Amino acid sequence: MRGYLPPEYLVHIDHGKCRRCGNCVRNCAFGALQFEHGAWQQIMRIFQHGQDDLQQVFDKIKENVPDRVVADHHKCVQCHYCVTHCPEGAISVQPNPLAYRGNYHWQPHHLKNIWLQAETGGKLLTGAGNDKTYFSYFDHMVLDACQVTNPSIDPLREPMELRTYLGSRPDALEFESGPDGPVLKTKLAPAVRLETPLVFAGMSYGAVSLNAHKALAMAAKACGILMNTGEGGLHTDLYPYADWIMVQVASGRFGIDPDYLRRGVAVEIKIGQGAKPGIGGHLPGEKVDEEVSRTRMIPVGSDALSPAPHHDIYSIEDLSQLIYALKEATEYTKPVAVKIAAVHNVAAIASGIARAGADIITIDGFRGGTGATPLIIRDHVGIPIEMALAAVDDRLRQEGIRNRVSLVASGGIRHSGDVAKAIALGADAVAIGTAALIAMGCRLCQKCYTGNCNWGIATQKPELTARLDPERAAERLVNLIRGWSLELKEILGALGLNAVESLRGSRLRLRGIGLSESDLRVLGIKNAGVGA
Amino acid sequence: MREGMVRIPSGCAISGIISTKGIRFNGEAITRSIACMHERANGLGGGFVGYGIYPAYRDLYALHLMYETAQARTDTEEYLGRHFTVHQAEPIPTRKTAGVGEAPMLWRYFVWPKEESEDGADRDGDDYVTAFVMTVNGRIPGAFVFSSGRNMGVFKGVGFPADIARFFRLEEYEGYMWVSHGRFPTNTPGWWGGAHPLGILDWSVVHNGEVSSYGINKRYLEMFGYCLELQTDTEVIAYLFDLLHRRHGVPLDLVCRALTAPFWKDIDRYEERERAVYTALRRVYGSAMLNGPFSIIVAFNGTMLGLNDRIKLRPMVCGRKDHFILMGSEESALREAVGDLDAVWNIRAGERFIARLEEGVTV
Repeated sequence: MRGYLPPEYLVHIDHGKCRRCGNCVRNCAFGALQFEHGAWQQIMRIFQHGQDDLQQVFDKIKENVPDRVVADHHKCVQCHYCVTHCPEGAISVQPNPLAYRGNYHWQPHHLKNIWLQAETGGKLLTGAGNDKTYFSYFDHMVLDACQVTNPSIDPLREPMELRTYLGSRPDALEFESGPDGPVLKTKLAPAVRLETPLVFAGMSYGAVSLNAHKALAMAAKACGILMNTGEGGLHTDLYPYADWIMVQVASGRFGIDPDYLRRGVAVEIKIGQGAKPGIGGHLPGEKVDEEVSRTRMIPVGSDALSPAPHHDIYSIEDLSQLIYALKEATEYTKPVAVKIAAVHNVAAIASGIARAGADIITIDGFRGGTGATPLIIRDHVGIPIEMALAAVDDRLRQEGIRNRVSLVASGGIRHSGDVAKAIALGADAVAIGTAALIAMGCRLCQKCYTGNCNWGIATQKPELTARLDPERAAERLVNLIRGWSLELKEILGALGLNAVESLRGSRLRLRGIGLSESDLRVLGIKNAGVGA
Repeated sequence: MREGMVRIPSGCAISGIISTKGIRFNGEAITRSIACMHERANGLGGGFVGYGIYPAYRDLYALHLMYETAQARTDTEEYLGRHFTVHQAEPIPTRKTAGVGEAPMLWRYFVWPKEESEDGADRDGDDYVTAFVMTVNGRIPGAFVFSSGRNMGVFKGVGFPADIARFFRLEEYEGYMWVSHGRFPTNTPGWWGGAHPLGILDWSVVHNGEVSSYGINKRYLEMFGYCLELQTDTEVIAYLFDLLHRRHGVPLDLVCRALTAPFWKDIDRYEERERAVYTALRRVYGSAMLNGPFSIIVAFNGTMLGLNDRIKLRPMVCGRKDHFILMGSEESALREAVGDLDAVWNIRAGERFIARLEEGVTV
């Protein structure tokens, strides 16, 4: 059934360049490309197999139809897999230029969504993060640099430090004198060391492929940072990388046993996620194959439904119990993180979480990605990470408890400039999910929930996952982290700093452009043109 | 505009001398030393601090105040009288000096806290005096306490350091330790309180440079209740020493190591005890670390401490002559003070040098 919905994209095959290898036809998991056999192929078939529909052959000969690739435009999701892999560069994909009567209030996507729902009667699903035209605060903040009164520092000539620890810190340290010098008396809470203030965001095995998980784990180890299992458990193939893995405990409790908790270097309780605050998860049974089943500890083919809330956490005191249950289970050797979506009252919630005993708080802004979420939630619930982060850092400082927790910010971090701005706003580290997937090939087609990912990332189909070589993908991730780290060093050097902790929370080094007074107030920054 | 309304970057000259035997000498040597670095100041700020200069009142707090109006003095003295027993109140002796413009009214008081405060709180003298300084500087318009220690005093104003020394008749004071500062601010505050050294209780700080991590240092201190009125680097440095050393009890040497932390590449090579100490220092006091170019002299009773930034973006040199230890921005300034030196050395990047009175010496 075609319905009223016009195709989103038009696929154009340059038949002059195409040498009819059929690569694209075999590659498209969405079935958008077919091979149409022309006259010569038809005749060959008759010779080979015998066929009696001669009228069809005659028609093709009469019309002089050659063999060719034809597109079913309706099925194209603009994932670029065929475009990227066509040896002749014969394929291009364009947005459907179909004109709509201009209407500022009723945009084409509103119409299309209504047609789709009128046909299906379902709630609309999507993947990835909020793609709507909400104001980006990152794009309206700029960083400082040194001129004259303090020198900038050249990162190629001077040490430039990005090492970061995630975990709770005491307010003060105590020392006692020893024979060789002072000895640390204070016993510090466990912490995780990062060689650069970046971690990979939680993405579950199930939502993404095992190869994607392996690539993230390998890259985390190579870079001295962390990957996060998401809520899908830890596959045995990832055990060698466990020292660089944060294991997640989410509302479905998939894949969790004492061994899982003890294996990672940190444990994260996932309360919420920026792409779907207040919403649980749903991994369709089709994605639950033998491996996923074993890792998640659920039967093959069964839907994995994560409840919207944790059913043992209906309030802050319940969260505290879970935090300490996990600390008990790991014998107080690992920091416990709590991940929440950025929502209106995020500052008070974060303060409560810090007081409930968490060592790390991850705040995920409304641009944060997902493998599957109701479209209406993704696009209309939650607040920007810039605002949430500033509010949380302020509140924790006002209450004098900022040292008790480390803050990890995530949700739409696109480049090292965003990272530096988030750190200046108060983040200890930044988590990247979407950017990591893009490094592995993702084109943000937002169809992760279909399980048809042509790039082998958000799928469990063996023929698709085989396309993602974990070692090559890991190399691309390592390159990304290295590139961003080099850029962070350049930014620090320009700021006249040689350690990232001197930028952390230093809002004086940010200025706003085109922001309102209240925006500036919430962000805690001054307007461009206003001096120190 | 005055200090505190804007943040003013400055270049500077600093210099300090201590007699480790506690022998007192007048303010001429330190004046020669700082005057030698004339090029490093621009006439918009000069100042000195002498330790051991008030032996007759050694146990009393010596408060130095500047008043812009008679009303400010009336209000302050009324407030002072309520909380302190005033043993002596007098104008600070000055002389008319070419190059020093219009000065505020300058007064000094030798005081001791009254045993019972109005709020009934049980505080020791230092907390009492600190609260007094914060209240006057924050709430009484036109009044500013610029010195509040015992047996020591800060003298500062708008002008070149040598002129300020003449103005305050420093040749008439004798101390065992002197520190001075010449300022090159990038614009014209024209406010006497904005000159350096900055002093609180017995502590005084002079500083040459710009702390690039000011933004986070300030927010970190605010979390512990400090109110940064002046918006100067010197104020941040003084409060960081106060927080880490006085309130948290971190040994002075480790405070220096926290503020100019060793690099991770070096910490990774330390033996286990040291690695644990410095890793903890960086984890816990990362927001207190001072970044950017600076050389600092911090002085308090019996101790003079020199500290250079992590990659030595500002000059700092030390010298020794007999029982004198000297520190300053330039070697010439040290030689100008005491003649030929017995030894001279640079403070290395991120390093500190601490000069103390010899064991058993009292001042």
